[in-house]
Amino acid sequence: MQITALGDSALIVRLRDRFEDAPDETLNEILRTFRRLQEAAIPGVIELAPAYTTVAVFFDPLRMINDGAKPDGVIELLVQRIGEVLAGGRRRHKRGATHTAEIPVCYDLEFAMDLKRVAHHAQISPSEVVDLHRGAEYRVNCIGFTPGFPYLTGLPDKLATPRHTVPRKEIPAGSVAIGGAQAGIYPQKSPGGWNVIGRTPLRLFDPQRDPPALLQTGDQMRFRKITREEFESLNG
Amino acid sequence: MNVTVIRAGFLTTVQDLGRTGHRQFGVSSGGALDLHAMRIANLLVGNDETAAGLEITQRDVRLRFEDERIISWCGGVYKASVALRSIPAGHSTLVSAGDELSISGPQQGCRGWLAISGGIAVVPVLGSRSTDLRGNFGGLGGRALRDGDIVPLGKNSERTNVWIDNLRAERIAQWSAPQPWSQTATANPVLRVVRGAEWNGFNDVTLQRFASEAFAVSPDSDRMGVRLAGPELRRTDDVAEPGEAGQLFQERLRATSSELNRKSWTTQPIEPIGCPSGGKRLEVITVDLSVAAQLCAGDHVRFSEVSIADAHGLLLQRERELERFRIGLSLHDS
Repeated sequence: MQITALGDSALIVRLRDRFEDAPDETLNEILRTFRRLQEAAIPGVIELAPAYTTVAVFFDPLRMINDGAKPDGVIELLVQRIGEVLAGGRRRHKRGATHTAEIPVCYDLEFAMDLKRVAHHAQISPSEVVDLHRGAEYRVNCIGFTPGFPYLTGLPDKLATPRHTVPRKEIPAGSVAIGGAQAGIYPQKSPGGWNVIGRTPLRLFDPQRDPPALLQTGDQMRFRKITREEFESLNG
Repeated sequence: MNVTVIRAGFLTTVQDLGRTGHRQFGVSSGGALDLHAMRIANLLVGNDETAAGLEITQRDVRLRFEDERIISWCGGVYKASVALRSIPAGHSTLVSAGDELSISGPQQGCRGWLAISGGIAVVPVLGSRSTDLRGNFGGLGGRALRDGDIVPLGKNSERTNVWIDNLRAERIAQWSAPQPWSQTATANPVLRVVRGAEWNGFNDVTLQRFASEAFAVSPDSDRMGVRLAGPELRRTDDVAEPGEAGQLFQERLRATSSELNRKSWTTQPIEPIGCPSGGKRLEVITVDLSVAAQLCAGDHVRFSEVSIADAHGLLLQRERELERFRIGLSLHDS
């Protein structure tokens, strides 16, 4: 573990160098660290952001100084506190009930602007692409890019497809996409360079909901193929 | 009561001090690009500093008021006027029902923050009234203001009401915020940076060039990041890609994201400078983000390094000055 400063108001707790070597293990370690730091609620820490190999710790230096930190020793104090939290009693965290989400997807060509492109790249038929895509089990590695956007691992290797070199100006909300070896879902209408192969009627992000993101880092998930009619009825 | 948007300008959004606690869901802290300016403008109108105001980007904005309000603005070098009377930055100004505020320019910088007493009274979303343009929520319908919008305002505070009575004659208050807080755009600014632990990956030549040469701000800079063109920065352990320096700021955002949340732009509004994905970067210190928020195409920017302890010392010093400023303002309460 390595803790480094990210500017004057954040630290990066790096747990691993690479994610790809052991994705599940790395993700579990990230989640454990994230939860421990969250529970510890270190005074002055504003929020935490888990990522692939790191957890970022955002803090308010003024709050820490008001709480007694020496103005020239804020980072050292925080690094020490984080170290204590993460070193203290290696009690096993319950992993909690693993949430396996099912995301309905309509793969109709009307929604799947890049299905043929992905099929062409994989040298298989579009329906084989769909079968491979919905047959796989995915895990949410992190949420980002736009609010609620899940970065997923678990995409069958065969479906890995390079991004568009020129991103589209607008990808519709709910678009289910492939970017290189990753899968994802665009929660909002946004620009993007990933290959769109379907659309979900679900709202992945709703600021009025608690939590606002449908999927959380660490979640397991699958895609379920639905018809256009089901899409419309779920889209209500 | 409301304020009517006659001209919304290029990109005018409702912003406060941002939302925290939702970064794990991909929600950035957002808020005014210059949080300090927003705080100061709010204090000058008798608001709580967390009240929502307007962030104006580049071009002209025109607003009409329905009732008596105190307004104040900070930021770039704009021309603001009410009924042909010019309103300097950082001054509390009384406006009456039917008054129109016009803000034009800027001659320098590219953003301004306007506080209106009572604050913008849109419903908070995830704990903040700030507009999240990527998530399309917060502010007024999750979008930038448009011509003809009716923007709701909260009630004037007791303090504001006292000030309104005191300002009926002169309209523009004698008191003002320190100029470096209210006028933040500077020609050829030097931004102070702290180095990340992996900064040593840059070689000596690069370090020297970084410290001595100016970087030009590209036109494709925006609220998400400022793109710079300048000397190529090489790392000892990496083959520099041509144009790497040119992507410095933008990539800084991405780099942060790749650390935080691969490519999630869930970072501070402007977090300039850094290198693609390597974490070998510099971060502009908090107190200089006000200046960074004014960078626009054609500007040239230089960097100078300080320690994190210095960065915290400067922040603490500014906070103490701010406390004195608050006390100073309270002297006008009677």
